Amino acid sequence: MALDKKDIAKRIAKELKDGFYVNLGIGIPTLVANYVPKGIQVEFQSENGILGMGPFPYEGEEDADLINAGKQTITSLPGASFFDSAMSFGMIRGKHVDLTILGAMEVSDKGDIANWKIPGKLVKGMGGAMDLVASADNIIVAMMHVNRKGNSKLLSKCTLPLTGLRCVKRIVTELAVLDITSQGFLLVERAPGVSIQEIKEATAGKLEIPAVVPEMQF
Amino acid sequence: MINKTVHSVKEALEGVSSGMTLMLGGFGLCGIPENAISELVRLGSSDLTCISNNAGVDDFGLGLLLQQKQIKTMIASYVGENAEFEQQMLSGELEVILTPQGTLAEKCRAAQAGIPAFFTPAGFGTEVATGKENRSFHGKNYVMEEAYQADFAFVKAWKGDVTGNLIFKGTARNFNPLMCGAAKVTVAEVEELVPAGELDPNQIHVPGILVNRIFQGQDYEKRIEQRTLRNI
Repeated sequence: MALDKKDIAKRIAKELKDGFYVNLGIGIPTLVANYVPKGIQVEFQSENGILGMGPFPYEGEEDADLINAGKQTITSLPGASFFDSAMSFGMIRGKHVDLTILGAMEVSDKGDIANWKIPGKLVKGMGGAMDLVASADNIIVAMMHVNRKGNSKLLSKCTLPLTGLRCVKRIVTELAVLDITSQGFLLVERAPGVSIQEIKEATAGKLEIPAVVPEMQF
Repeated sequence: MINKTVHSVKEALEGVSSGMTLMLGGFGLCGIPENAISELVRLGSSDLTCISNNAGVDDFGLGLLLQQKQIKTMIASYVGENAEFEQQMLSGELEVILTPQGTLAEKCRAAQAGIPAFFTPAGFGTEVATGKENRSFHGKNYVMEEAYQADFAFVKAWKGDVTGNLIFKGTARNFNPLMCGAAKVTVAEVEELVPAGELDPNQIHVPGILVNRIFQGQDYEKRIEQRTLRNI
């Protein structure tokens, strides 16, 4: 059975390692914070200027001066720090952030990503996405395998304007975990009960299928 | 002690005229110079180029300037929250230059620090790099970006003293410190203006040398864009 968004976030949370500084994008990535494995310490960075971001505030405790990059009210945890936007992107470009998790509209089998613009539709802007994908060594994309029209989002070449070139390392969708390798998309895991055939049909780019593809564990 | 205090927002904005390039601090509605924006609306200056990470919402922040059609060019990284913005952009009345957020921050910082241009990996291989010099360093590709040139910078701080020293609160810091000293004239508005000596020099985020005018702001609304609460 295909995963829901919470399950995708749960699976990605297994990628978190003790001591990681992590930047979470808007959407499914934000949910990852709810599933940090027990026994490890990570700190979440939000590019508008906080490290040590905590959960949403309780009613009455919200502070207009404390938001995340999605403009939502948040809290800060013990050990948190605030900084300006140049420092924030300095720590991103300087590769001090260990893991970036973000959403995408399309990913190519070379690791190109498109997630900011659909020509002919309203363009909202790239925000910090271009800086993040151009700099981070460890980028995981959280997205659905196909778009609303049923077309694959895992392509041989992105059709939408690019956010970054050859930068994505791993993709987690409702159907599978895939790595970007020199051979294209390498199928690493499949969602419980999802067949390899289903994944093949939903993947337009080059797909490498090993002899054994284990089911995801949670 | 050099006193930078001005006694009204009107005095703070003296010299602003149509056609100027303005920097405005803030991320979303967090840490925006509310008083300066209200005064810009009152002044009615037009054909403005505004450099700000976002463009406000329909009835607050830079959205107020958009309502009056005072902005000709908007330089921002993300502009999603504003129907008036959308309408003016689609009709061609408003020119929009979308800039990666880290690049926008660094273009301010470079202007502040006397750096005319710099290389960043952000946007390499995308349409953002079109027409810009690309260069490779140590096997990685970069895009050259130039420092901004602006007439006024409007920033908002939590506390300031009469010499222009500033302290910010929480994530309301964002672009504000980077815009100080990045334009010909920097105007800081603060929630609390104190005499010299009351702020601990160890805790100053922006030294007063980067601020030309400082004033005590009035009636801060500090609107929250996405009030998100924890489920109990």
